[in-house]
Amino acid sequence: MRMSSISIAILSALLCTGAPVLAAPPATGTLVGADTAASAPAAMSAEQQAVHVLNRVAFGPRPGDIERVAKIGVQNYLDEQLHPETLPYPPELTRRLAQLSTPNRKAGDVVGEFVELQKQVRDEDEGAKQRRRAALTAVAMETAEARLARAIDSPRQLEEVMVDFWYNHFNVYSGKGIDRALVASYERDAIRPNAMGNFHDLLKATAHHPAMLYYLDNYLSTADGFTPGGKKAGPKAKAQGLNENYARELMELHTLGVDGGYSQKDVTELARMLTGWTYDQRALIRSNQTFRFDAARHDGGVKHWLGREVAPAGVSEGDMALDVLAMHPATAHHISYKLAQYFVADQPNNALVERMARVYLASDGDIRSVLRVLFASEQFLAPDAAGAKFKTPYQFVVSAARASGTPVNNIAPLLGTMTQLGMPLYGCQTPDGYKNTEQAWLNPDALTRRIAFATALAAGKLPLAAKPAPLAALPAPAPDMSMTAAPPPPPVQVAALPPLDPGQLQATLGEAISPRTRGAIAASAPPLRAAMLLGSPDFMQR
Amino acid sequence: MQRRTFIHSLALGASLLTPLGRGVWAASTPTASPTQKKLIVIMLRGAVDGLNVVAPVADENYLRLRPTIGLAMPGMEGGAIDLDGYFGLHPALASLQPLWAEKKLAFIHASGSPDSTRSHFDAQDYMESATPGRKGTPDGWMNRLVANLPGAATPSRALSIGPVMPRILSGASAAMNLPNGAGGTKANVLDRKEVGAAFDQLYASHERFGRAYQDGKTAHQEVMAAAAAATAENEKNPADRGAPLPNGFPDDAARLATLMRNDPKIQVAFVDLGGWDTHAGQGAGKGQLANRLLPLGQGLAVLAKRLGPMFDDTTVIVMSEFGRTARENGNGGTDHGHGNVMWVMGGAVNGGKVYGDWQGVGDAALNEGRDLPVTTDFRAVLAQVAERHMGLGDRQLLKIFPNMPQKGGAFQLIRT
Repeated sequence: MRMSSISIAILSALLCTGAPVLAAPPATGTLVGADTAASAPAAMSAEQQAVHVLNRVAFGPRPGDIERVAKIGVQNYLDEQLHPETLPYPPELTRRLAQLSTPNRKAGDVVGEFVELQKQVRDEDEGAKQRRRAALTAVAMETAEARLARAIDSPRQLEEVMVDFWYNHFNVYSGKGIDRALVASYERDAIRPNAMGNFHDLLKATAHHPAMLYYLDNYLSTADGFTPGGKKAGPKAKAQGLNENYARELMELHTLGVDGGYSQKDVTELARMLTGWTYDQRALIRSNQTFRFDAARHDGGVKHWLGREVAPAGVSEGDMALDVLAMHPATAHHISYKLAQYFVADQPNNALVERMARVYLASDGDIRSVLRVLFASEQFLAPDAAGAKFKTPYQFVVSAARASGTPVNNIAPLLGTMTQLGMPLYGCQTPDGYKNTEQAWLNPDALTRRIAFATALAAGKLPLAAKPAPLAALPAPAPDMSMTAAPPPPPVQVAALPPLDPGQLQATLGEAISPRTRGAIAASAPPLRAAMLLGSPDFMQR
Repeated sequence: MQRRTFIHSLALGASLLTPLGRGVWAASTPTASPTQKKLIVIMLRGAVDGLNVVAPVADENYLRLRPTIGLAMPGMEGGAIDLDGYFGLHPALASLQPLWAEKKLAFIHASGSPDSTRSHFDAQDYMESATPGRKGTPDGWMNRLVANLPGAATPSRALSIGPVMPRILSGASAAMNLPNGAGGTKANVLDRKEVGAAFDQLYASHERFGRAYQDGKTAHQEVMAAAAAATAENEKNPADRGAPLPNGFPDDAARLATLMRNDPKIQVAFVDLGGWDTHAGQGAGKGQLANRLLPLGQGLAVLAKRLGPMFDDTTVIVMSEFGRTARENGNGGTDHGHGNVMWVMGGAVNGGKVYGDWQGVGDAALNEGRDLPVTTDFRAVLAQVAERHMGLGDRQLLKIFPNMPQKGGAFQLIRT
């Protein structure tokens, strides 16, 4: 009872400030949500709107966030978030990121170390194997820490949401060979700088990055009849022939979409146009040269692709293909659909998608312009949109960490939970990335596991303060996750942290928690309340 | 009385609208319990290279198409295991040889989806919905199968191993999923009485998540009981326990067998395994593909063994979304193809045979000049198992496999 009265008090205070309300219908002042509305759901109150945008544009509220957003108004908050460059990192986050090694090293340096350790392992030296394992673990943990520290603590939340979104869109599996050493650079150099920029630049950056060239095998692809010269070893040195893996996914997943109107012939022809797009491992290590066009491997013939004749033009053929794909109406639709599905509803409104696609084309693929029209849409702030999305494991874990207000020094328990829930960070093997729909993630086992995580976090029983991280929390190094048993949960240590305060937690989550849930929690024993908040049905949704 | 079979009628091209009312199969073959007949489906996501699983080693074109990744002839080092003088089994699947010899394992070659997509994701979707070409189908065919089986629905009747619920089991019928590894059979946080009671209040009648929550609890209780029964059985008869297994599929397969033996309510199960998309460096008798096939073969053998007498009532189907190119590519791998091989194993399987309308791998026989044609629709195989093994009638079959194919399946996979 105490908790709800606190919340009501905060709400009344907020309403008195006259915070602007975005949705078209006037605010009704209804405090308890849709339950009391007769037919059409009532428009969202200022606090409900704040909760909603924090759930969609950010990874949920941290302590004090709802008040702040309700105070400045959701429109101002969205404007802020659309311009991350205006939001400085807190010094603590800057310091933490600066202390990490891998995320601050050149791609070539990390690869150089990886290759060196691999050579030593070939000598079957047990010590070398251990050193390699330790080095790979450090690389993976630091890469994950750079991501999660920002996801939890960065004020540029939309940027972090978009990094997660685009990483999934252009997914690279970190468990495949040299990609272990490359995903940090891939995210930092290809994804992050373009996350709110231009889709065309983003597409080009991923197409040229060695992480993608390796993951989808294009680095191996050559003209038919190409005869490798020299005496080098390794799969690339021996490769002679077309590999259509990247060309197919480039159209199916990255741009046009599977129904984008291309044929098997278009796949093969695009693969021919992209022959010679590779990297040279020695140049990568020596001088951080991350891309190389190898004219000798390129197919010099005429191609017929998407209804056009492509005259031989070396590397320009691939450049042209990326230009065409980036600005194709099917791409505009595909990207708009995915964004609307992520931010609005599992089955997004078609008119909204079409409107976004028009803006996409008119702005030459400007991501920020597309997001702006999305956020301003009626659908985005519609009352029935609140809580309509089921959180992915990533969103659930990050939002719980944010709500808890607990400093997370050790990310291993978070990574372990994501793995158990079927969403290991950087661990999606297939190029389609993780889905973000309810159908994909809601299942009986998932709810039990989420409740278990919520209970442990609420009781202060996750070793979040401790370091170093246990190995077991990492994505399995085997190239095939599903063949491998899920890693055991991180060892539960003696509570180093105090249990979460349920009153504070309720204040943090505000109207993200329904009156019905609040009532049931208030009637339960105090030690269970914080767990019930983070494990509630309300907290599973965003 | 000889009943004209559903599948055979399709093979003959008979219209599905022909009245078939001669009573359902189940009526003529009463079984002791409605959940006696078991079905396990293993899906290999990523398109396994069927031409190196069941390889036409005696075909003159085979090694021409696959000079570096083709399997050597039986008898040679790293060579295939002879199946019928023409086809050879990948040597990493040696643990399945006894089942082949006992005629409990069969293959259907050049089978698959009639849809021509070479997208993994669409092709898997079609194989799970069993409605090729139609993406809007809301549920999976295994879920519809459960809905059409006689007897009471319980959450544990359909079980998936893995952290997420696969499309194939999604739908109106209850289904449960257990995590990989031993965790799923251990007590969880909701077994603590006060915690369980607290979350019951939040979830038990919750409109959106109540069903998943309740299904999870019910299934967990059944699985815990089965695990306890298995432990008791092992203590009585330690020799039955078997050697400890490596992590991964063999371990999960053993656990699945134990659960099924100890919980008669579990009737259909699904496991998916990834990592088959071998675009580069797939190897021949050894290498990447061999390393994937080895635990798969071991796991299937373990499953057959540990099911014990229940194996007689079980059919296991192994399938993958499409096959791979007949020619190896420039990188010692294979690209996306079309027709593939399906594996069917079980006590009632008419095994020891490679079925299907096989047209060879000569240039003229290849689909679009690059891969196997589909001469047997995968649904013909599934429907035959659903009919002859699970005892479903035409009415149910049409609900599970709407718009059934006219292609292939003119063979008797299941002994009756």
